[in-house]
Parts: sequence; C-alpha cells; structure tokens
Amino acid sequence: MAGSTVTAVLDRNGLDALVEELTAQGRTVVGPTVRDGAVVLAELASADQLPWGWRTRVEAGRYRLVPRDNGAVFAHTAGPQSWKAFLHPQREKLWSADRGPDGSLSIVEERADPASYAFLGVRPCDLRAIAVQDRVLTGGRFENSGYAARRTGAFLIAAECTEPGATCFCVSMDSGPAADTGFDLALTEVVDDAGHRFFARAGSAAGTKVLSGLPHRPPDPGTEAAAHDAVEAARDRMGRAMPPVSLRDLMGESLEASRWDDVAARCLTCGNCTMVCPTCFCTTTEDVTDLTGDHAERWQRWDSCFDLDFSHLHGGPVRATPRSRYRQWLTHKLSTWYEQFGSSGCVGCGRCITWCPVGIDITEEAAALHDELAARLRQDEQNDEGGGDDRKEPER
Amino acid sequence: MTDVPLPYRVIRVNRETADTVTLVLAPTGPATLAPFAPGQFAMVYAFGVGEIPVSVSRIDRHALRHTIRSVGAVSAALCALRPGSRVGLRGPFGTGWELGRAAGQDLLVVAGGIGLAPLRPLVLDALAARHRYGRLNLLVGARSPGDLLYAQQLRFWTAHRGLRHCAVTVDRSADGWWGHVGLVTTLLNHAEFAPDSTTAYLCGPEVMIRATARDLVHRGLSAQHIRVSLERNMRCATGHCGHCQLGGVLLCRDGPVIGWDRADPLLSVREL
Amino acid sequence: MTSTTTLAAALPAEHRARLMRQAREVSFPAGTRLFEEGRRADRFWIVRTGTVVLDVHVPGRRAPVVESLGHGELVGWSWHFTPYVWQLGAEATSPVRAWEFDAAEVRDLCAADAEFGRAVATWVGRVVAHRLHATRIRLLDLYAPYGSGS
Repeated sequence: MAGSTVTAVLDRNGLDALVEELTAQGRTVVGPTVRDGAVVLAELASADQLPWGWRTRVEAGRYRLVPRDNGAVFAHTAGPQSWKAFLHPQREKLWSADRGPDGSLSIVEERADPASYAFLGVRPCDLRAIAVQDRVLTGGRFENSGYAARRTGAFLIAAECTEPGATCFCVSMDSGPAADTGFDLALTEVVDDAGHRFFARAGSAAGTKVLSGLPHRPPDPGTEAAAHDAVEAARDRMGRAMPPVSLRDLMGESLEASRWDDVAARCLTCGNCTMVCPTCFCTTTEDVTDLTGDHAERWQRWDSCFDLDFSHLHGGPVRATPRSRYRQWLTHKLSTWYEQFGSSGCVGCGRCITWCPVGIDITEEAAALHDELAARLRQDEQNDEGGGDDRKEPER
Repeated sequence: MTDVPLPYRVIRVNRETADTVTLVLAPTGPATLAPFAPGQFAMVYAFGVGEIPVSVSRIDRHALRHTIRSVGAVSAALCALRPGSRVGLRGPFGTGWELGRAAGQDLLVVAGGIGLAPLRPLVLDALAARHRYGRLNLLVGARSPGDLLYAQQLRFWTAHRGLRHCAVTVDRSADGWWGHVGLVTTLLNHAEFAPDSTTAYLCGPEVMIRATARDLVHRGLSAQHIRVSLERNMRCATGHCGHCQLGGVLLCRDGPVIGWDRADPLLSVREL
Repeated sequence: MTSTTTLAAALPAEHRARLMRQAREVSFPAGTRLFEEGRRADRFWIVRTGTVVLDVHVPGRRAPVVESLGHGELVGWSWHFTPYVWQLGAEATSPVRAWEFDAAEVRDLCAADAEFGRAVATWVGRVVAHRLHATRIRLLDLYAPYGSGS
C-alpha cells in the first residue's frame, strides 16, 4: 500500500503539531470531540480536544460513549454528524435582491467567504461520502459554487478504521476500513507494547509537505505491519453486512414489494436518516423579505425526502404515503443513485441505523427485500414449470 | 446564469384566458441568458415571493415569452405583473423537444390545457422549416372553449402557415362552440400520420399524457418516438436539490422532455 | 383504443361484410336531428364524412354537446340494449354522409347467428367501453387549476 508514498510515524506530539501547523496555515481545523454525550465534529483549537480514551457502543437506535482503557483517540464510530455539515451546510444564503424606488431589481450573489478547512479524522466511509457529494454537487453540467468553494483546497486527514461498530458495513459497500485515495494524509492508530502512535501516509503533495514539517520518526516495519494488521482485522469485524447481491438490481426489482408496507408501519418519517446520512444532499429554498418589502433573500437549507412537502405538486404531494417516501429514500440511496450520479449513494457508515429512533436497519431491510424477491422468483419458476397440474391446488 | 437570477423586464402582458397570461420578457441590461431551445424551461422569480419552473412559450431574438397560469402564490404574483415590472430569470434548463431528430417524419403534436404553451415554440420551428418534415398535426384539448390558449394563432397557422391538420377539442362545450367535444385522444382518428414514421410530442396533465401515449403505442408508434414533457416539484433546476426525481431520472437535468420508453415504466409505479 | 372501435378494425372481415350488406347510404344536411332522447332506437349509423354531436336537452339553454363523433365512428348504441330507447340526442353539425342500418334487421341477424351476434356485441361493447373511459378521464377535469382528479 505504501509504495512510493511518503510515510512516517507520529506520536501524540505529532498530532498536536499537526493541528498547530494547519491552524498556522490559516485553516479551520475540524475534528471529532466529545460533547453532550456524543462524539461530534467541531472546530478544534488543539489536538487535546480529540476524544482521547473514548469509544462508542452503538446499535440500531442506540448510541453510548464508553471509556476506552488504552487511551486510543480514533476508537469511536460515526457520530451524529458528518462532514457535509461543513461542506454542504444546513443553511446557506445564496443571494439577495433589492427593489429600487423605480421598480428596478438588482440581485447579487451573497455567499459567505468560504473557510479553508482541514478535516482531521475522516473515516474511510466518510472519505467516500465526500467523493460521492463531490460528484453530485460539482460533477455535473452545473456546479454548486458554494460547495465547490469550500471543498476546493480542503485538507483531508483520514483516520483508518481499526474499531468498527455494530452498525458498520463499509466492507459491503467497498468503502473501508482502509483509506486508499482521496486524502492528503492518512493516519492509522496503533496502540501496543511499543507505545501509542500513528502510522502516517501522505496522499498528496500538500500532505507530503505538511507531514515532513511535523516531528516524526521514520517508518518502521513493526508499526507499518501493526497498522496494516489492525485495519485488516477490522475488515472481519463489521457489525452488519448487506446481502451480497447487486443492490441496484435488487431495488429496481422490488418497487412493488410488500416489505415496504412492513417498514412503513415502523417508520416515523422523521427524516433523521437523511440528516445523519453523509451523502444525502437534498435541499430546498426559502425566500424571505424584510419589513420594508424591498429587500429579499434566497436561502438554501437541507430538506428531506421524508417531508410531505418534498414532492408537492399543484394539489398535493406525489409521495403521500410513508411507504412511498421510505421506498424513495432506500431505492435512491442504493439504486437510482447509479443512474443519476454513477455510483451507490450508500457508504456503509451505519449512521442511519444508529440514529433511527425506532431502529430501522438499512441492511435488514435490504436483506428482507432480497428474501422476498428470491421467494417471488422461486414461485415464478415453479409456476412456469408446473403447468396445468399445479393449478388445481390453490383452488381447493 | 444558473445560480443567481438575472433581472428581466416585463415588456408586455398578454391575457390568454381568465387565469392565464403570457409575459413578454426582455433583459434589463446587456447581460442576457443563453438561448433557449423549445421545450426547455426557466426558473422565474417573483420578487419576494419565490420561484417556479416555466417552459418558454415563444423564443424571439430579443424577448422570451412565458405563459403562466395562476395556480399558486408565485404564479399568482407573476400573473399580476404589469408592463415595466421586473422578474428574475435563471436558465435555460433541461432537455428540449429536439425537433431536429424528426427530420423527414410526420409530426404529431398533442397538447392538453396549459401544455400547449411549451409546445408552441416547437410548432413555430416546425412551421418555419416545413420542407424538413412530413405532415404536421396539432391536436389540442382544452377544458372549455374559454380556456383555449392561442386560439387566434391556431387559426392563423392553419390558414396561412401550412399547418396540415389542426384540431381542437374541449371537455365541456359552451354556447357558441361549434367545435369538437371529447377527450383529446379522440382527435387521433382524424390526424394524418404514418405510425411507423412519426414523432409525437405530448404535453399536458400526466393522466392525459398516459392516455395519449398508450393510444399512440397501440396505433403503432414506437415508444422512443413519443416525447413527453413531465412535471415534478423543482427547486434548484441545476440537478442539486433532489426534488424533481422520478426514479433514476432527474427531471430538471434529464427532462422535462423524455422518451415514452423511459417514462412509461416510471409512471406505471404509483407514488414513485 | 379509438382505432379499434372503428368498424374496420373492430369486426372480422366476414362479419363486417355481412353487416355492410344491411347498410343504406344516407346523407344529412347540417342541422339534421338524427334522433332525440326518449324516442325508440330503431336505427344506427356509421359516419363516413362530417360530424355528428351528441347532446342533452336542458331547459332554458341550447342543448349542451357532450361528445363529437366523426369518420368511422358508430352513432348510437341504445338500439343494441333493451328497452331500445335513445339516451341522448344527436345532430349533424356539418353535412354528413353515413351508412344507416335498420336496428331490428341487425338484431334479427344477431339472434339468428350466434357467432355474428357475439362479434357485433363485442364491437358495440368496445365502443361503449372506450367512450366510458374517455368520459371518466374528462370527469377528472384535468385541465382545471388543480386537475388530475385532486
């Protein structure tokens, strides 16, 4: 994996220096930190604010912080936020318009000056999620200029996964636990008898430059092997897995499945899954005016396909039932995303499972749809072979 | 301009029916939107109220026309504008009718209600290059005689511009109406086209599009040669907001005009 | 759909030929009333050229037209069902040339030959089904501001 890439070994001081160096470059350093009983993403003033000695215990609809006795800093799994909160913020002013006394209209773009971000501790699944949003928001005919401005030049420091959680399934989505591309620096945490340290790899020229300026040790085979083994071991410890089939085809064949009724009976259509999902990108617009009525603004804010208004058309919503809205979310994420943006929209981070208030599990739903489709195909096959003899049975 | 609306001035307001007007719009300064193709749409901003997608209903060198029906807050605000008022415009967005692909074929244009508006620039282009196409049929369905759009123009095109076959039908008759009464599909019997060499263009309510497209397939048109214009909620028009999804289709980007071969399976699934 | 309700497409050739042997060529000037609501349905027509409209008598106004029929289309189906009474009125709104059939003769033929009778019944049934479908869609008031049945 290392090849000709520049590698080094950092200790805790190296991490401190990393935050200092990026801050000195004028960057806003964002990383995981403990707040309100969760590991959240926030601006960091120093590496001390990282979640040293904390890990998370997650299940469907459940998230708890628990102490980690070995003092590891990257032992937590995905928290309630993702990096989209910074690259594709929840609320953003797009432009403002003023009407002059003569009725004239002037409209000016009014986006906030983009911060120069450095993201510290980006999980491989989230690294993939950023790449997915890059394609959605900047890869088409039109570019979302606000996203592009924040994303361009953002410095990404990946943290490879060595302690996957019970809701993780990045292996199924081929997005982890190792970080292969899309980062400036990648860190792999190693805690063993030889000490607490980080195997660091540079993934870009900017990353190489930063790494060489940090206090570091040359890479030793022991640390590199330990880092590699820890990530490989994580690969076998995924808490969840998707059915090993083409999810794209599965969803395409399942639009009329009865499983949608089952999940709709549990789904509250609260939209939590869309808020925590690192790739969900949907937004709506709000037009506001001030009291004079001569100044108006256009704001963009996150929207959710679970919201009734999302599909509103003339008289009412196109997707009026919870069944259709859950189906929209799942089939978009796993299937129609390919048609729209050339990849899956799911990266296997498990957030939607953890943060669903009723514990709906995307992997369980996919498995149930797969079972239903398999049963249907078996039935069709029997009917084809059966001919006239079988037909008598159901009539009795 | 795709993110930020460009101010345009209303230079004329044509009242079409009791609830529908056509705004004739020109840029307020030297900046202008890129040229529109028939079937494409603009996001039209009513100051302080909001923005809606509206197809172009006529494209002149200096002016754009949008025919708008008052059905919601934004469209009502736009319909209330007077000459001199300003709007914001973004665009052009979406796919067009792509008339050029039908060279040498008979053309069958079927419009329902306000659906005639996005089809008008297509008809004008076809009339302007009549020699490139076979027979041009225009079938129009309206709610009532008073709700018919562009009535004078329809007569003018037939009398003076070589529109081969133009038929209008209404759902509800009224005193003084001597024309056809019935669903727009019943006009197909009298249209002049060779099913194996015809391209059809449909725009109107989704139910009318489904009924017409299925009738045409039954008559032998291939689904790829039936182009339909569809409608879903739209916010950004640039493919970033997710609202206009219809299965794998992003209507603002891949539509609003798509082939019936693609639309049929999508419209067959309820609440997709 | 409409195409299959025109006579040429709806009846097999042998039955069509048999039916057409009963046809008389007729023509009406514009304004001719073909039949009136409540009268005996003793004839029916297939339009060759021109337009026939179906209307309903409403006191105090011109009879509103509910449907227009043109080339190849069947005018009248009440002759096929007891009590053989017209449900609507019909008027030629242009000069009309048509094939006219005597209802009793055709009914007799249908009674005498079950296969022919079934073919005619299927044809008339298709016409009625198609008009019902079209009417149901019109019932939605699709082009109203919040059309499509909402």
